[in-house]
Amino acid sequence: MSGPSSPDRTTPSTRAATVAFDHVTKRYPGTRADNPGAVEDLSLEVPAGKICVLVGPSGCGKTTSLKMVNRLIEPTSGRILIDGADAARRDVTELRRSIGYVIQQVGLFPHQTVGENVATVPRLLGWPEARRRERSEELLGLVGLDPATYRDRYPAQLSGGERQRVGVARALAADPPVMLMDEPFGAVDPIVRERLQNEFLRLQADLAKTILFVTHDIDEAIKIGDLVAVMQVGGHLAQFGTPEEILANPASDFVARFVGADRGLKRLALARVESLELRPAITARPGDDAAAARSRILADPFEYLLLVDALDRPIGWLAERQVPTSGVLSEAMAASMSPILDRRTTLKDALAMLIDAEVQAGIVVDRRGVLRGLVTVDMIVERMRSPVAAATSAAGPPG
Amino acid sequence: MRPDQPLIDWAWIAEHLDDIGLRLVQHLGISALAVAIGLAIAMALALWARRSPGLRGPVTGVTGVLYTIPSLAMFAALVPFTGLTLLTAEIPLVVYTLLILFRNIMAGFDGVPAEVNEAADGMGYRSSERLRQIELPLAVPLIIAGVRLASVSTIGLVMIVSLLGRNFGGLGVLITEGIQTFFATKVYVGAALSVALAVAADLALVALERRATPWAQGVAIDIAQGPIRTPEWIP
Amino acid sequence: MDTLTATVAWLLDPSHWAGGDGIPTRIAEHLAISTASLLAAAAVALPVGAFIGHTGRGGTLAVNVANLGRAIPSYAVLVIVLPPALQLAPVLGYDPSFGLSEIPTFTAMFLLAIPPILVNTYAGLRGVDRDLVESARGMGLREGQILARLEVPLSIGVIVGGIRTAAVQVVATATLGAVVAYGGLGRYIIDGIARHENDRLFAGVVLVAGLALITEGGLALVQRLATPRGLRLAARPGFGPAST
Repeated sequence: MSGPSSPDRTTPSTRAATVAFDHVTKRYPGTRADNPGAVEDLSLEVPAGKICVLVGPSGCGKTTSLKMVNRLIEPTSGRILIDGADAARRDVTELRRSIGYVIQQVGLFPHQTVGENVATVPRLLGWPEARRRERSEELLGLVGLDPATYRDRYPAQLSGGERQRVGVARALAADPPVMLMDEPFGAVDPIVRERLQNEFLRLQADLAKTILFVTHDIDEAIKIGDLVAVMQVGGHLAQFGTPEEILANPASDFVARFVGADRGLKRLALARVESLELRPAITARPGDDAAAARSRILADPFEYLLLVDALDRPIGWLAERQVPTSGVLSEAMAASMSPILDRRTTLKDALAMLIDAEVQAGIVVDRRGVLRGLVTVDMIVERMRSPVAAATSAAGPPG
Repeated sequence: MRPDQPLIDWAWIAEHLDDIGLRLVQHLGISALAVAIGLAIAMALALWARRSPGLRGPVTGVTGVLYTIPSLAMFAALVPFTGLTLLTAEIPLVVYTLLILFRNIMAGFDGVPAEVNEAADGMGYRSSERLRQIELPLAVPLIIAGVRLASVSTIGLVMIVSLLGRNFGGLGVLITEGIQTFFATKVYVGAALSVALAVAADLALVALERRATPWAQGVAIDIAQGPIRTPEWIP
Repeated sequence: MDTLTATVAWLLDPSHWAGGDGIPTRIAEHLAISTASLLAAAAVALPVGAFIGHTGRGGTLAVNVANLGRAIPSYAVLVIVLPPALQLAPVLGYDPSFGLSEIPTFTAMFLLAIPPILVNTYAGLRGVDRDLVESARGMGLREGQILARLEVPLSIGVIVGGIRTAAVQVVATATLGAVVAYGGLGRYIIDGIARHENDRLFAGVVLVAGLALITEGGLALVQRLATPRGLRLAARPGFGPAST
């Protein structure tokens, strides 16, 4: 996260654990037919260092599933394995102290300072005072709160976003291999939520914890998750896979409805220009023969010529009718420009820019500004319709 | 009293400061002992009721019925059994503190936000650790509010004890003697000091609460205003 | 068991149920001064509490004054009022025995009853959701209508609770009237102590405790009946379900 201390100052996390649900069922006696909060035969595996988001409507059992990992709720049957070891066989106190836990209302201890709150689990583990203090300051820096300013404040003196950061710092304090986060950004306003999400992802890129993350917001799930588990009321796992897979191939009507009619658009937010095979542009340089250029345009269905400079950096577009029948091309002839994209631009952003552009082709350049090729609306739409996901950065589905 | 007599005889006060001081100290001692014992019993009951929530209703009901019994009646009823001893004074005084203290301690536990308890459990607090490190500190404002109410009411009740006999001590003795001898100054000194003692005890406890809960300053004014809550002992 | 038997015998003795020192007379005296002081206190505390509760002005001051009032022992009030009440008898022309008994007892009970009624009325009205009041105002209700149709019905349980607390304290404190020669059930206790008659003493204890409990129970019932049904159905505090 942004802050006075850069992430490389912090202790790199050395540990992350796999978390596996093995036919886990939780039933509540005598509850209603739709059985809110129940979980039915849940099996899934989260590889070490990945974020798995449990998402679904309220009452689908996502929070119950999360709380069974640190045994705030005990399963009716089935096992939860952390690095292959059955959680039910571990001492419950020791288990909980080894798992980071963040909840929506944060639950900071109002009578303790921010510094003391962050050092909660280290204190329970009996770390010496000096080490606790050092750790708590390091973590505050990590989540973007200046330790000198915030260490001695009380929770009541913090804003909602600051409380959430302290909550995350507290959960990270003992460097747990597994973190459980229950709608951690649910109680803050949309702008703060977006910022916290981004900071969280940046933090996770360094820490690489195994994280189970509960939300009811499909957009958050897609943004945050390496893996997404969509659950439906009754505690059934409707689909488990990468965000890309779930958006491309919803396993059921329920999943399709839950991810929304705009799932094609949502998929575009996950894909980047680099995943497309770029279309070559017809280019010419100032000083080239106009007649020769003209004949090349006529041979191509896309009736535009892209004028580039001596280093192949784009200058602007000439439509076919704007190219003179004789003479040479000049820089001044370039009548219009279209959006400049790079390899990391998401297809959703690319589409948004292209819809407004005069020439409906995005110009893809590399870091030095050199032309690499073109992206058209047609290419993006085609990508949107493709049934099979291209390779993404997320892990594949577990066995 | 006698119409010819001045309402306050300052010379008598100046001559009897020792006696007045003794009564004041006695009064404070009897009251403090009752509140301390009451707090210990109420805390034990509250911890018990916290583990077995079914006890809460019966405990509140029984202490509520006892609280309703007029103090003079309870003091008088004990005299044939325990005589004119300190025990006769302390038993009713302790009994009267129980309802207020028990109710406020339970309200203190109730006031711990659910998410704070959930976070504590999730981070691996054992039940006893959670009680000592989280719940009790957070209940302090309401517990002290209860102690304030109990202290003020006890200081008032100690006055009544002296109606049974002067060997209980306390400021009530001054009043009883003043009435018997038609000497208004004694009555006023006793009454005024008891009011002053109650107010002083209340203010001292407010100061204690401020010091004990630096985290709540300017935040928890609404919950620290314990006296707003009135007895609701029979559901 | 001797004491119990003697007490029951005393209570059943028909001679104790007649005359100026008879049980019906003493109960009537007890209830008369209790009712009078409670009504007087309510007449002061209810309007003041409603005003500060509705406007929100002066609330902290009123609550602090009321809490200070609670710190003043009733017995102290009783004896503080006694000398001037006696001395004023010739000046104002009332019977000195009235100044000895009724005035101090009434004053102590009146002052005792004010804080619970005032604080509960104030707190009850302040406890009404401000959004409700705001929306009522938005729908065009006048301030008086908001008070009468919204705030008072919604907080009536708390207000009656304050009256109930006051009533029980008043009934208990009326016992002290006997100390300053007023009648009431405290007479039996004071006389029982003075004459070393344990049967009389315990009869007084039983009667006073019984009267206090009946007052408490009766007003608890009134409180329940006065609370609108919709509010009674609301969940009791402290046992909320865990969020999922």
